[in-house]
Amino acid sequence: MTLPASLDEAVAALGAMPAAVPVAGGTDLMAAVNKGLLRPAGLVGLGRISELRGWHYQDGHALLGAGLTHARMGRPDFAALIPALAASARAAGPPQIRNAGTLGGNIASAAPTGDTLPVLAALEAELVIAGPDGARREIPVSHLLAGRELLEPAELIGFVRVPLLHAPQVFLKSTGRTGPGRATASVAVVLDPARRGVRCAVGAIAPMPLRPLEAERWIASLIDWDGERGLAPDALAAFGEYVAAACVPDQAPPDDGGEAPPLSPAVLHLRRTVAALARRALGRALS
Amino acid sequence: MTSDAATATGTTHTTPRAEGTGPDQEPPAHGLGASLPPADARAKTEGTFPYAADLWAEGLLWAALLRSPHPHARILSIDTTAAAAMPGVRAVVTHEDIPGDSAYGRRVVDRPVFAADLVRHHGEAIAAVAADHPDTARLAAAAITVEYEVLEPVTDPEKAFVAEPLHPDGNLIRHIPLRYGDPDAVGEVIVEGLYRIGRQDPAPIGAEAGLAVPRPDGGVELYTASTDPHTDRDLAAACFGLEPDRVKVVVTGVPGATGDREDPGFQIPLGLLALRTGCPVKLAATREESFLGHAHRHPTLLRYRHHADAEGRLVKVEAQILLDAGAYADSSSESLAAAVAFACGPYVVPHAFIEGWVVRTNNPPSGHVRGEGAMQVCAAYEGQMDKLAAKLGVDPAELRLRNVLATGDILPTSQTVTCPAPVAELLEAVRDFPLPALPKDDPEDDWLLPGGPEGAGEPGAVRRGVGYALGMVHMLGAEGADEVSTATVRVHDGAATVICAAVETGQGFSTLARQIVQETLGIDEVHVAAVDTDQPPAGPATHGRHTWVSGGAVERAAKMVRTQLLQPLAHQFGMSTELLQIADGKITSYDGVLSTTVTEAMDGKELWATAQCRPHPTEPLDGAGQGDAFVGLAFCAVRAVVDVDIELGSVRVVEMAVAQDVGRVLNPSQLAVRIEAGVTQGIGAALTENLRTARGLIRHPDLTGYALPTSLDAPDIHIVKLVEERDVVAPFGAKAASAVPVVTSPAAVAAAVRAATGRPVNRLPIRPQSAVAAHKS
Repeated sequence: MTLPASLDEAVAALGAMPAAVPVAGGTDLMAAVNKGLLRPAGLVGLGRISELRGWHYQDGHALLGAGLTHARMGRPDFAALIPALAASARAAGPPQIRNAGTLGGNIASAAPTGDTLPVLAALEAELVIAGPDGARREIPVSHLLAGRELLEPAELIGFVRVPLLHAPQVFLKSTGRTGPGRATASVAVVLDPARRGVRCAVGAIAPMPLRPLEAERWIASLIDWDGERGLAPDALAAFGEYVAAACVPDQAPPDDGGEAPPLSPAVLHLRRTVAALARRALGRALS
Repeated sequence: MTSDAATATGTTHTTPRAEGTGPDQEPPAHGLGASLPPADARAKTEGTFPYAADLWAEGLLWAALLRSPHPHARILSIDTTAAAAMPGVRAVVTHEDIPGDSAYGRRVVDRPVFAADLVRHHGEAIAAVAADHPDTARLAAAAITVEYEVLEPVTDPEKAFVAEPLHPDGNLIRHIPLRYGDPDAVGEVIVEGLYRIGRQDPAPIGAEAGLAVPRPDGGVELYTASTDPHTDRDLAAACFGLEPDRVKVVVTGVPGATGDREDPGFQIPLGLLALRTGCPVKLAATREESFLGHAHRHPTLLRYRHHADAEGRLVKVEAQILLDAGAYADSSSESLAAAVAFACGPYVVPHAFIEGWVVRTNNPPSGHVRGEGAMQVCAAYEGQMDKLAAKLGVDPAELRLRNVLATGDILPTSQTVTCPAPVAELLEAVRDFPLPALPKDDPEDDWLLPGGPEGAGEPGAVRRGVGYALGMVHMLGAEGADEVSTATVRVHDGAATVICAAVETGQGFSTLARQIVQETLGIDEVHVAAVDTDQPPAGPATHGRHTWVSGGAVERAAKMVRTQLLQPLAHQFGMSTELLQIADGKITSYDGVLSTTVTEAMDGKELWATAQCRPHPTEPLDGAGQGDAFVGLAFCAVRAVVDVDIELGSVRVVEMAVAQDVGRVLNPSQLAVRIEAGVTQGIGAALTENLRTARGLIRHPDLTGYALPTSLDAPDIHIVKLVEERDVVAPFGAKAASAVPVVTSPAAVAAAVRAATGRPVNRLPIRPQSAVAAHKS
């Protein structure tokens, strides 16, 4: 167990002991250790790296430290900057988990139900990856989540670059109970008035957040960006249906032609849930 | 605060309104009727109370079990050489190493300690290892090579009838064809329904743990949170090949129990390893093992047909009830008896034809979880009552009132209800209790929407629903079980000690025992001894039996001590002992002439008395499901108010109003806690708690996948009325209070969701897709 005080020291520690595993909040890692699923040869604790626990500003973006806890992101000052990320952090688990679990950990665990992930996907966040000898490279968060690009040995997620859009954002999550629970589906909707865009991501229904790009473009074209920005209820409902059909598609028809098999009641309910969440999220963003 | 199951996490408001305790009547500080707190409450809240998982012995070894990854497989070979050769491993035991009986069972001896040639459920124990470190033990268990021939699992209980027998005893554990009245009776109105109840887990707050210590005489002591120590001792001794008196079960603190614990499947391997190694051996199960190892509530399939006349009075009930026992019988036969006997609920039914079966499958094992049998049928018959009310256009509460049972009515088992049965009074109490305000009436109120804070709930899509349910349970063992309990009371030096092997599971027995002795002997300082099997048996801590039989035994013993104490004085003054009274450590005569202190009367003597309590006998249900099978019955009415987001199908229970038939309130605060805990467990069964399986494999054996109610899920629970009509045959007249809210609450929540959505809601837990509805403007 080493406790480096800076990002570069942490990268060096990982380089010196390739079998070691980095640990931040430990809310996923230690559960796996306690279950006997993981026996790391060593741990590199990231909790003492103060540069990762806050954020700073850079060219209209916020550079969020990977060690930001969910509890910190849920506070009002952060919510004023990136409202949807704050909402997703507040919705993530009970206070004990939010106090320990970090943004970087949420990305690295890449659990399908990770609550911040659809927000990061909708914001098109970039990851600043720290490598040996002070090397830095940037990859889109969606590339890492999709496995298109992976972390190399002795690399760490240092920062998350998120645009500051100064416009409404909404994160909505449906769960099985009133108390904290894993999402059965979640939707993030982000307005980008400067680029006249709507960006939406659906979480928890696939291994990574899904982006309904056609639905985004279509609804953005209907919005009067210079005026009231409101939409008729029918348009909101249609957006919800569009997003749901894109993210929970019908089954493919069989090769020999004929009708596609119908979706099971549980999948149909998931589609209805996504439609309702997307409609409500866009409605709240535009209201 | 009592240590209850993990379900009791809610912070709930209560307004207990027991009859006879008006606002100006101060409750007593001690004795019966006092809100005496449990003696161990402080240690438990501060975390200093030692549970079995905290025990330690010099030189102890750690145990680990190897469990089957398959629900159904033939074992071709078991090779333990690699495991036994690992450094630090002290013993590996399999079915070949059992000195005594190779199988056990609480009612039917059908369950192998270790699977020998066949595994019948996911997680069945195959071998156990003792090693000097818990990790070594776990690694060694994983190093045991078992060659399986995987067999097709029988997971559909309906197919168990025709499937190859899973056990030499066959797949049908019990069939009860109840026939009562005229089979040709037909009602003017008929409603039918098919209901499915899921698999609730007792999910105890502490997972199973135990310590086995070998004795110099070749016996063994088991330190564990057993709720039925004498039965567990007898089962274990038979497997160890020892006389029962050479095995001692010492009961440690029970971290909450809503079913039988600890499962002998944990205790017996532990004892075997201690006997084998000659060292103390400890086992602390992980949550996953706990889910795999212990018994769950019976998943049940129910088919109903209710006949009624045009006014909604029941004419006939026909039902088929199928309980899934999993691979082994355990207490399933008793669960089926309760399901069949209470299949019509607390309603008067002139004709009833109920077929009940409990069958073996390769699903996880089922057994005693409080309210078993009665809870599943309650959800179904109350669904039928709602259907009938809708068909007739009658208010659901009114329809129920036209049919309720009362004292003197006859159950479909032909047993006459002789105990108080104030069912109509209970229902009227919850019906007339004011409904909670709608949030829009008071914008200052923070409206907690379905889905919770930061959730997706939208006020425009939320519909409110109100539903009613009536439930009943039996108290004590049924069908001829000998429900005896023995207790000893000792008085010395101004303090009393109660020795009784009734386990404090959170039900409050040890507090009640103190109150009984305070009441009878007027001595404030009462200690309750820790339980072990060297004491005379008191039976299992189920079905409210300890309040009844063990409480009764304590009272009798205390009265015998009282007589011993007062007899010489009474003799001296030429009056009967009844004319003397003890209070606050003083003995006074009725006329105030005589006054002395207890200490003086004791004169340094030590007084002991032992007594037994045995309720009146019962008889098994006969071939037509008829017989006086139950000692007593308890009733409850619940009104649920729910908010449903009809687009997402998410449900939040806003309020539960409970009225309960309790006989007599012995400890108001503990009673309220027990009712709240029961209601909360019922809400879990109604909404989230279902241990899901896929082809016999438990899919998420953890508390993330198995969602218990949290404080945000627990609603306001209002105890609207506690009807104190004493049951003359019960000691103190008190009835069991814990199980009946568990039985009734799920049905009430389902009824409320039905009212909010207009959907049939015939499945528990209620799935979101069953609670979505079309918008009606």
